[in-house]
Amino acid sequence: METQFIMFLLLAVATLVGAAGVALSRNIFWSAMGLLSSLVGVGGLYVLLSADFIAITQVLVYIGGVLVLIIFAVMLTSQIRDVNVSNRSLGLAGGFAVFFVVSLLLSFVALWTPWKLTGQAPIVGTTAAIGDGLLGKWLLPFEIASVVLIATMVGAIVVARKEVKLD
Amino acid sequence: MGHLTLNHFLVVSALLFGFGMLAVVTRRNAVAVLMGIELILNAANLNLVAFGRYVSGGITGQVFGLFVIVLAAAEAAVGLAIILAIYQMGRNIDASQATTLKQ
Repeated sequence: METQFIMFLLLAVATLVGAAGVALSRNIFWSAMGLLSSLVGVGGLYVLLSADFIAITQVLVYIGGVLVLIIFAVMLTSQIRDVNVSNRSLGLAGGFAVFFVVSLLLSFVALWTPWKLTGQAPIVGTTAAIGDGLLGKWLLPFEIASVVLIATMVGAIVVARKEVKLD
Repeated sequence: MGHLTLNHFLVVSALLFGFGMLAVVTRRNAVAVLMGIELILNAANLNLVAFGRYVSGGITGQVFGLFVIVLAAAEAAVGLAIILAIYQMGRNIDASQATTLKQ
């Protein structure tokens, strides 16, 4: 149990430092690297929560897909050394006010609510159960998700393509 | 100390949400705003999985989290496509200056 707690602390620190980097770094590329650290940390926390399949999906989809897309967008839309693109819009004071209000409120709600805890289950693999569920109980949302994904793909291609003007 | 409980994960998730909110509110670069949205989605997902383990039991929370990941990927693809289209139009991705959808 002690090892788990140390791992939790390391992963939480990686997650939160990365998230702080996303929010505060002046350089947009360092923000992307902060997002990488944060996503890896959350993936590790999923393992501690006995959610192995979600952890692997996090690495595959977020780090292998979304983060690469974001870095592509960073490279395509700004000079890496350009610091002017990341000006503050609300100002740091207002931003930190929002940050403290939101996270303190959520933490107090989380700590003071008497959650109905069930006994702590052992950490076991859940991939087989999720596979059964996706092809049984959750078949309809699974199929709808595939339709949503293909609609998204077509939409993204249509929006991002260059218009060819035929004169 | 020394024993993981639901509260640990909830506090991490609350702070993650706060940082995501901070990025969305303070950054002007549209790509950075999108990164903040990803952080917020991750915080929500962490809550879903944590509640699934400590409160409801079973795999319902994890399946819900899986669908959230799918929708987050779709949202990122469309969002970045829109950002690229705006950049091609005006060479600028300042979220406060993108006020037109068409030239």
